[in-house]
Amino acid sequence: MEVTVNVNGTDHTADVEPRKLLVDHIRTVVGLTGTHIGCDTTSCGVCTVLLDGAPVKSCTVLAVQADGRSVTTVEGLKSGGELHPVQTAFSDEHGLQCGFCTPAMMLVGAALLEQNPDPSDEEIRWAISGNLCRCTGYMNIVKSIRAAAEAKATAAAGADS
Amino acid sequence: MTAHTTTPPEIGGIGHSLKRVEDARLIEGQGNFLDDISLPGMLYMALVRSPVAHARINGIDIEAAMAVDGVLAVVTGELMAAHNLAWMPTLSGDTQAVLATDKVRYQGQEVAAVIATDPYIAADGAELVDVDYDVLPAVVTPQQSLDPDTVVIRDEKEGQTDNLAYEWECGDDAATAEAFARADRVVSIQTHYPRSHPAPLETCGIVADVNPVTGQATIYMTSQAPHAHRTLFAMVAGLPEQNIRIISPDIGGGFGNKVPIYPGYVVATAASLVIGKPVKWVETRTGNLISTGFGRDYHMSGELALTDEGRILGLRVDVLSDQGAFYSDAQPSRYRAGLFHVVTGSYDFPAAHITCRGAFTNKAPGGVAYRCSFRITEASYLIERLVQTAAYELGIDPADLRFRNFIQPEQFPYETPTGFVYDSGDYPTALRKALDAVGYEQLREEQAEARAQGRLIGIGIAHFTEAVGAGPAHTYDIAGLKMIDSAELRVHPTGKAILKLGVKTQGQGHETTFAQIVAEQLGIPAYDIKVEHGDTDHTPYGLGTYASRSTPVGGAATAVVARKLADKARHIAAHLLEAAVEDIEMAAGKLHVKGSPDQAVTIQDVALAAYTNLPEGMEYGLEDVTYYNPPNLTFPYGSYIVVVEVDPDTGVWKVERMVALDDCGVRINPMIVEGQIHGGLTEGFAMSSMQWITFDEDGNCIGSNFMDYLVPTAWETPRFELLETVVPSPHHPIGAKGVGESATVGSPAAYVNAVVDALAHLGVRNIDMPVLPDRVWEAIDSAAS
Ligand code: FES
Ligand code: FES
Repeated sequence: MEVTVNVNGTDHTADVEPRKLLVDHIRTVVGLTGTHIGCDTTSCGVCTVLLDGAPVKSCTVLAVQADGRSVTTVEGLKSGGELHPVQTAFSDEHGLQCGFCTPAMMLVGAALLEQNPDPSDEEIRWAISGNLCRCTGYMNIVKSIRAAAEAKATAAAGADS
Repeated sequence: MTAHTTTPPEIGGIGHSLKRVEDARLIEGQGNFLDDISLPGMLYMALVRSPVAHARINGIDIEAAMAVDGVLAVVTGELMAAHNLAWMPTLSGDTQAVLATDKVRYQGQEVAAVIATDPYIAADGAELVDVDYDVLPAVVTPQQSLDPDTVVIRDEKEGQTDNLAYEWECGDDAATAEAFARADRVVSIQTHYPRSHPAPLETCGIVADVNPVTGQATIYMTSQAPHAHRTLFAMVAGLPEQNIRIISPDIGGGFGNKVPIYPGYVVATAASLVIGKPVKWVETRTGNLISTGFGRDYHMSGELALTDEGRILGLRVDVLSDQGAFYSDAQPSRYRAGLFHVVTGSYDFPAAHITCRGAFTNKAPGGVAYRCSFRITEASYLIERLVQTAAYELGIDPADLRFRNFIQPEQFPYETPTGFVYDSGDYPTALRKALDAVGYEQLREEQAEARAQGRLIGIGIAHFTEAVGAGPAHTYDIAGLKMIDSAELRVHPTGKAILKLGVKTQGQGHETTFAQIVAEQLGIPAYDIKVEHGDTDHTPYGLGTYASRSTPVGGAATAVVARKLADKARHIAAHLLEAAVEDIEMAAGKLHVKGSPDQAVTIQDVALAAYTNLPEGMEYGLEDVTYYNPPNLTFPYGSYIVVVEVDPDTGVWKVERMVALDDCGVRINPMIVEGQIHGGLTEGFAMSSMQWITFDEDGNCIGSNFMDYLVPTAWETPRFELLETVVPSPHHPIGAKGVGESATVGSPAAYVNAVVDALAHLGVRNIDMPVLPDRVWEAIDSAAS
């Protein structure tokens, strides 16, 4: 089937097998490997991408279901050559160790901040509870997303004044 | 952070919380993990695994699989046997089936492999391989396994007439018997440390690329120990070692899971060799959980001999370990039960005796050191549970009982009754500090008040001592390879450097911290030092990263090699400054003449001079390599205190506080150390509360995916409060001890002690991990009746 998916602002048209998972499509056809695979049961969340802005587990979406829709992956978080505040915050606050869960965690964090610019620690924990991390114990991931919220608020205040 | 530093932040030596170098690529999705590697013409492999735990194989029909368009080959045990590769040695001197020939001995065992042009087609092919099994009764407990009437699981093994995998003992039986004879009280506990799985989020995988013309084997592999794996590949597959290059790319977590060599690696390499094309195999999550390196599965009985005043006189321990179908613990060859004999813990007493037996069962093999230094988690758990039990039986506060028995600071170096020589420590200060932080005395009052109102509050303490950083070559080897490690340092003419390591990070941040060790010694800014690791063609030999050995061994090698270069730098500076070498002082990247700080050159000047302007007779260059043979292990320790509230109606428990004091000696990068501790405390919580690989009576693995094998999310994970003391290791060049595993080792006992403490007044003394709500509820219920 011919499918056109807009990935990080660019249309990618390809002939795909109907059974092909979106995650495999992104990794092998579009060629962006920052989206990972960690389980067979929709449990780990390392495959998370934003589909029309909302986090989805791309191992549980078929590529054909993404036809005509837009996908944001970790490679698309940066804008205008600038890192997204969650990216900076994850590095500043040591929110990653092996980095395997990190792209997904940052995307979920970024999506959360779009909905809720000032989340509490509890709200952050709830938002990332579909994403596993085996290295960090989540403490610094929560801290990173908080720090990103504050950075965004400061930047917005700076832009207003 | 209040860490002690001797270098300014722009140099970033020891004690600075430098941001990690590796983050830049990882936050942009530019990491290079195994599955990201794609080579021209690459083929894909899928494994066919046994659906049953024990069966004879009557035959394998590959016809339907071969008929699938895109399937190129189906590899069976028979085919591997033709190349003498149907079996391979394990890291504990046993053999393990690569692909089953005669029988399958656990559910998930590798039976065949399908090679195809696409991973989906490989999976299709694997579905169609038809294996004819004659199902045999499954042996699923070690107790059942050692019953003389039980079928011999390893009937293919010459001389094996029962299911005993190994037997080992340690300590002094007679002295221990004497201690027990003198005791006023004997306190005992029986507990099972359940089977757990490290489950890094990235599963295991390989891209094997054997060039049919040159014989060059380039093997990309999720390996915590690439050099050791290269040598083992050479020995097992008979490939010339100079033609094997193992590249371990970015690793998505290891925790011991990526130490062994798994059948999938061997089959993919053999397939690439035969077909002449690169072959990729990436494990499924189910494959990972049901077949590769589990940890623990120790059935332990421990007894403490005590006086009425609460002095420990002796310890007796008997262990029955469930090894699964093959004895494949990754551990030093001399110790059949790893370093379990560190079970005497943080306490000063004269006598201990330990007996261990391992049994074969129809379960997956493994016995890896899951975020621990070879069975130390089990040991630490047992002694801390025992001490807690003794406190209740003697009516002495659990903190107080520990203070009465601690090894005292002036007793270091301290030789334990099982033969370890602990390097340094101040246990009383550590526990006191943790108790003060949590407000212990006040909490005990609150606990009593809560009990009066029918609420169940528990306070659990664990004071652990680890033995890490294996290890001295006279004692420690794996498969005959001495457990040394190495560092090679090259300073380029512009004063930038490259450091090459035998160890390999899986997220611990070596690319940052090891550069900091060099920065400390030479004054070259840490960010000017590139750290290379994981590629055996481009790094010096070493045994790899596990058992918290990177900092104790590889870190020591790094400090030593940097000091060698500092010495040469001093000679070059003396030449440049026309002064005597003895008069050259070096600090923070400047070398100056003693007493005249203005008469100085920088380390960068010296680096250039090393290639352009040398004293007469000196060899050009500024580089060296060091192989470090540690004189002893290091012994990190810590005091952990957990406060829980248990719901008496449901058995659900919630962590209210988790205070963790760690002493890992000198902290190279405090931010990274704390990150390691957070991760370890979470693993400890996971094992004590939910993680569990278990089996039904037919040997079906319950826990074969993340819906059944529960690992904590951010929602369940407790919040942690961290504290530290710093007693440096006296024998380590920078005084560091290693920290990657401390919290996983130390914390399970603290969590379990807390839940048991909440119920102690009801007479509850033990609940086995995972401490599931139904087990808690049952303990409350049976205590009431
Ligand atoms: S890969 Fe685990 S949820 Fe998608
Ligand atoms: S950083 Fe390793 S899994 Fe999250």
